[in-house]
Amino acid sequence: MKTPIQLRLNGEEVAAFADDGANLLDVLRESFGDLTVKGGCWQGTCGTCTVLVGGNPRLSCVTLAESCSGNSVETVAGLRRGADLHPLQSAFMEHFAAQCGYCTPGMLMAAKALLDRNPNPTREDVVDAICGNICRCTGYEPIIAAILDAARKGARRSA
Amino acid sequence: MTVAVKTFARLADAASAVSTERGARFLAGGTLLMRAVNEADPSIETIVRSTDPAFVHVAVSSARVELGAGATMAAILAERELSFLHRVARAVGGPAVREAATVGGNLFAPSPYGDFAVALLALDATVTLAGGYGQRELPLDELLAGRERGASLVSKIAFRRPPGETFRFATVTRVHPKGLSVLSIAALLPLTNARIAGARIAYGAMGHTPLRAKAAERALEGRALDAAGIAPALAVAADGTSPRDDAIASAWWRREILPVHLRRLLLGVDQV
Repeated sequence: MKTPIQLRLNGEEVAAFADDGANLLDVLRESFGDLTVKGGCWQGTCGTCTVLVGGNPRLSCVTLAESCSGNSVETVAGLRRGADLHPLQSAFMEHFAAQCGYCTPGMLMAAKALLDRNPNPTREDVVDAICGNICRCTGYEPIIAAILDAARKGARRSA
Repeated sequence: MTVAVKTFARLADAASAVSTERGARFLAGGTLLMRAVNEADPSIETIVRSTDPAFVHVAVSSARVELGAGATMAAILAERELSFLHRVARAVGGPAVREAATVGGNLFAPSPYGDFAVALLALDATVTLAGGYGQRELPLDELLAGRERGASLVSKIAFRRPPGETFRFATVTRVHPKGLSVLSIAALLPLTNARIAGARIAYGAMGHTPLRAKAAERALEGRALDAAGIAPALAVAADGTSPRDDAIASAWWRREILPVHLRRLLLGVDQV
């Protein structure tokens, strides 16, 4: 069976039919062609598939896609404005916060969720915001530094 | 293999579907069920969900707390009147998990998950089961003891609001800031004339479900919360437990460290 899914994906109304029981990650990649969302574990453990649903961080691999129908979904594909990177993306580059880059989409969206709610986070806030996102090569310190730097530069106001 | 999804406006209808349809499983937050669906668990044929607003309702008064079983950890953290539970809710995953993970789902989370259920057990919570023919209430202890047996749909969890600073919780992990629990401890410690009267202590990851530390509770009765007063409780801290070896810790290690962390919790000296 197929189920209709309607989303406001990065500000654009989109619709598709997806398999019953499909997770949001697979629907974003296969039905809507958004390959910026990465799948790591499909167990809700690694955090690389983090997207924002209704402005809240969610692990797309363990989110039933049809439960999001009618809602807004934000992914890394929606961060940049034309040729301009989002301040979080720029900060990740400046701080060498991506080595292999596999965790980066999830880290960016987890960080965006934080800064949207709390434009002036403490280091402790940042650590908590990304504590569900696993990085195995960059190391967490450059990522934490990048998020704090983006906050200082007003990432939320520029979003 | 794809699974069917059935969505019901009324929780009672969802409960009927869960209890009557073969291979039907109820979706709360999805953090555990969707993992099984992704792994093509052949026992899951239908996902049942409900959009009933009562399922996510949170009501807090000066004396009583009622949590819809679909209330998320994020909803608990957003409720200032539930600040005594914030430490517990924060122990459940990162922010993305907390947005999805529900109070009701936590009651069915296999060990070493289920830290929130440990807290609810210490708080002497009752659960309301929804069914096609009405609702019934039972103590959380009973639900946990029989949770493997059948398809029960919990609609609501209720408990008396703990007075003052009488509720305490600690979780022990090897990975910081976030890791699975080696064990968790919740305690309700009412004092009468500076003596414990009617303590309830619950452990997580010390058995296949959260369980009460009844020997330690008895040993605390009438005692002061000081080093001498809690010594008898620490001596029997592991009585009645049956921890298992898993990737997080061995059963031996869990038994060894339990009294250490129970001591810290009871004395309030260092909540890890």
